[in-house]
Amino acid sequence: MCHQTIGLIARHLEEAGIPTVVAGSARDIVEECGVARFVFTDFPLGNPTGKPGDADMQRAIVSTGLELLEHAWMPRTTVQTPFVWDADDNDGWRDHFMRVDDSNRAALAAAGEARRRDQAAAKSDGRARTS
Amino acid sequence: MALTERPQRTTNGRKPDGRRAHRSYLSYIDKSREYYAAHGYPQPYQWAYSHEVAFAPLPKPLSECTVGLVTTSFFEKGREPAGVPAARPKQPYAARCDDALAGLYNSDLFWDKDNTHTEDLDTYLPINRLREFEAEGRIGALSERFYGIPTDYSHRRTQRNDSPRIEEWMREDGVDVAFLVPL
Repeated sequence: MCHQTIGLIARHLEEAGIPTVVAGSARDIVEECGVARFVFTDFPLGNPTGKPGDADMQRAIVSTGLELLEHAWMPRTTVQTPFVWDADDNDGWRDHFMRVDDSNRAALAAAGEARRRDQAAAKSDGRARTS
Repeated sequence: MALTERPQRTTNGRKPDGRRAHRSYLSYIDKSREYYAAHGYPQPYQWAYSHEVAFAPLPKPLSECTVGLVTTSFFEKGREPAGVPAARPKQPYAARCDDALAGLYNSDLFWDKDNTHTEDLDTYLPINRLREFEAEGRIGALSERFYGIPTDYSHRRTQRNDSPRIEEWMREDGVDVAFLVPL
């Protein structure tokens, strides 16, 4: 959802004449929303501008964004950075995230119930827009 | 970090390079449909889609541009610096970059908490990295303020309320280009 929100404001800023670049890790959401320039790093959600403690990687990703600002000539320009989250098991985190199977189906249903109760309570006391 | 770095071993029975029956990067739209159905939400979320995309060219050399950072992260409730509204309910904010250097609060956002963390600010709000580029003359300046936008299920609130507010702050601060980082 963060990626959609950022995609929408990027679109607003471009329409207002302010060039934008988005650096993110949810490629489909950003590209469906449609932005002018996008730096995609195929990482778990949480570190779109580089791994913790790796300033060189962070610089490389931010630098790619700056290069896109300078050199992209048309909208929907996506560049994928070369970085890999886990060279030994790069499908593990992908398979694990938002997994739904028999081991967690009941827990997810219960979490949904709890969330709906929280949202109803938030709405009733004016805290409606927690995310 | 070598630009050619890539996985060399077979992972989960699948080769890192070669043939696959599915795209390699995650489709969060596809995953979320099943995930939220399992949570008991009968209607899939309607994601934003646009065919037309505006494109604003760079108005002047980047070395003369002021860059504004936009984030979906907020200060922890009760720890907002002076002048920044309370983080509940969430509303757009502008805050000094210096006030974010100790990190922002991300526990209430949806990201991969099992596989990583956000203890390093520059992994999601690269203030220090952009200041390095400023010191090197690659960009004109990093705006003294950065800008926070609430993650919202409502496209309309983001488009009609929150985005114009942040554009207004950017114009006040003389921001020429926006660098946006969703968590």
